[in-house]
Amino acid sequence: MNVDLTVNGETAVLDVEPRLLLVHALRDNLGLTGTHVGCDTSSCGACTVLLDGVSVKSCTVFAVQASGHVVTTIEGIGDADELHPMQEAFWSSHGLQCGYCTTGMIVSAVDLLQRNPDPSDDEIRAGLEGNLCRCTGYENIVTAVRAAGRAMRDGAARHSVRELMPLHGPTLEPPPSGEGIIPPQFQEAGR
Amino acid sequence: MIPVAFDYVRATSVDDAVRLLREHGDDAKLLAGGHSLIPMMKLRLATPATLIDISGIPQLNTVAVNGGRITIGALTTHAALAASDALRASAPVLWDAANQLGDPQVRNRGTIGGASAHGDPAADYPAALLALDATFTIAGAGGERQIGAGDFFRGMFETALASTDVLTAIAFDAAPASAYVKFHHPASHYAVVGAAAVLTMNGGTIGAARIALSGIGDAAFRAGSVESALTQVDTADSAAVRAACAGAAAGSEARSDTFASGAYRAAMADVFAARAVALAAGRTKTRR
Ligand SMILES: Cc1cc2nc3c(=O)[nH]c(=O)nc-3n(C[C@H](O)[C@H](O)[C@H](O)COP(=O)(O)OP(=O)(O)OC[C@H]3O[C@@H](n4cnc5c(N)ncnc54)[C@H](O)[C@@H]3O)c2cc1C
Ligand code: FES
Ligand code: FES
Repeated sequence: MNVDLTVNGETAVLDVEPRLLLVHALRDNLGLTGTHVGCDTSSCGACTVLLDGVSVKSCTVFAVQASGHVVTTIEGIGDADELHPMQEAFWSSHGLQCGYCTTGMIVSAVDLLQRNPDPSDDEIRAGLEGNLCRCTGYENIVTAVRAAGRAMRDGAARHSVRELMPLHGPTLEPPPSGEGIIPPQFQEAGR
Repeated sequence: MIPVAFDYVRATSVDDAVRLLREHGDDAKLLAGGHSLIPMMKLRLATPATLIDISGIPQLNTVAVNGGRITIGALTTHAALAASDALRASAPVLWDAANQLGDPQVRNRGTIGGASAHGDPAADYPAALLALDATFTIAGAGGERQIGAGDFFRGMFETALASTDVLTAIAFDAAPASAYVKFHHPASHYAVVGAAAVLTMNGGTIGAARIALSGIGDAAFRAGSVESALTQVDTADSAAVRAACAGAAAGSEARSDTFASGAYRAAMADVFAARAVALAAGRTKTRR
């Protein structure tokens, strides 16, 4: 059946089975592999995307349910050339280790700051309750969200996020964009 | 995990949904937020041949406060309830339950109608809705009817809903001296024990109490003996509140699972009932 999606600002019409999950439509049909599948049982949040602007677990939504609606994935939050303050803050605060949970974590954190631009540490933890991380112990994730919140509230340029994070040593240069970072389908779609 | 193949249709109105349910028979299921049904379909514990998506039906996602009566549309999401200041002021017991349910993504999708219809023994709303003595409005093949919460929650995954019924709204009287507290399962977030208290206060003394528990037995239930024991109790006397809440789970057979034994659940029922009473009493405007 036909599914009419707006993903990261572009429209896509897919002919899919009703049982296709949104996460598989995004990854397999649209090549947007930034959205991960962790648990596949609605628990870990690795598959989090924004549906009409609010965070949802895309492993627990059928693509047909999203037809006529607007989806934003991590690729639509920002890319290597223009990182979203949240992405920048996760990078500079070392809010990730293996990175598997990170894209879902960032999407959830963006949703959290939409609703609460100045959350306390407890509110950050509660706001990320739907996202599990097996590496970091969460401490630097909270630091990153706090830093991103500050940068976004100040409306400051993305570089100020790094200045707010002196604890973690010198900042790395941005990784080269292109191969190995952004899937080829997205390079075409996004630029 | 991929569910068994099914057909998908969208209902445009409540009447349309009832008509589609009759047309497709027992093999059809309504789909609201999908946050109980889709996980079950992925595990192939549910294999409906047709899903009737009701999420787009207009006017079913509202919280209306009319005098002292609150009416909530069945498609209202947990997130909308958790963010409702009107609900927080008029019936904090349900607001508490919405805020403690699942996680943000689950709250963004799941609906109060779906959570009630599903009849999960560890769900949060059933206790709150029993304590509120809520009325459920149901549209079915024979027209519209209303059922009280006491008759709605029947057993494990069992409610008063027939296979061609659509739950449309849930209504109850304002209950400002009310609270829901929960011992949540650390992984699933569901209630190991959930306790709801709705109090009528005379100054600092309880005039009447409705206490309901979730997570313990096959379905949420009212703790009748605790309700009578709480009458005339001075809520400043925490030992008296605790004593009145003893044996809260007596009316139900407490389930045992890998996380909590039945005896532990029953013991926690007393503790959480007393906490709910204390929190509810603290919310009374006419505090001493
Ligand atoms: C990770 C996770 C954690 C959760 N944690 C909790 C928790 O802590 N506490 C809690 O209470 N719940 C919890 N839930 C369940 C959640 O609240 C679901 O949203 C809810 O149980 C089902 O609502 P839904 O709108 O998603 O319904 P659906 O999944 O769409 O439907 C559930 C059932 O109800 C039927 N149905 C739906 N709407 C209607 C209607 N209007 N009339 C008649 N039948 C209808 C469907 O046919 C189906 O059988 C959790 C779920 C997940 C995935
Ligand atoms: S993959 Fe969707 S919640 Fe884990
Ligand atoms: S960084 Fe590895 S799971 Fe979170």
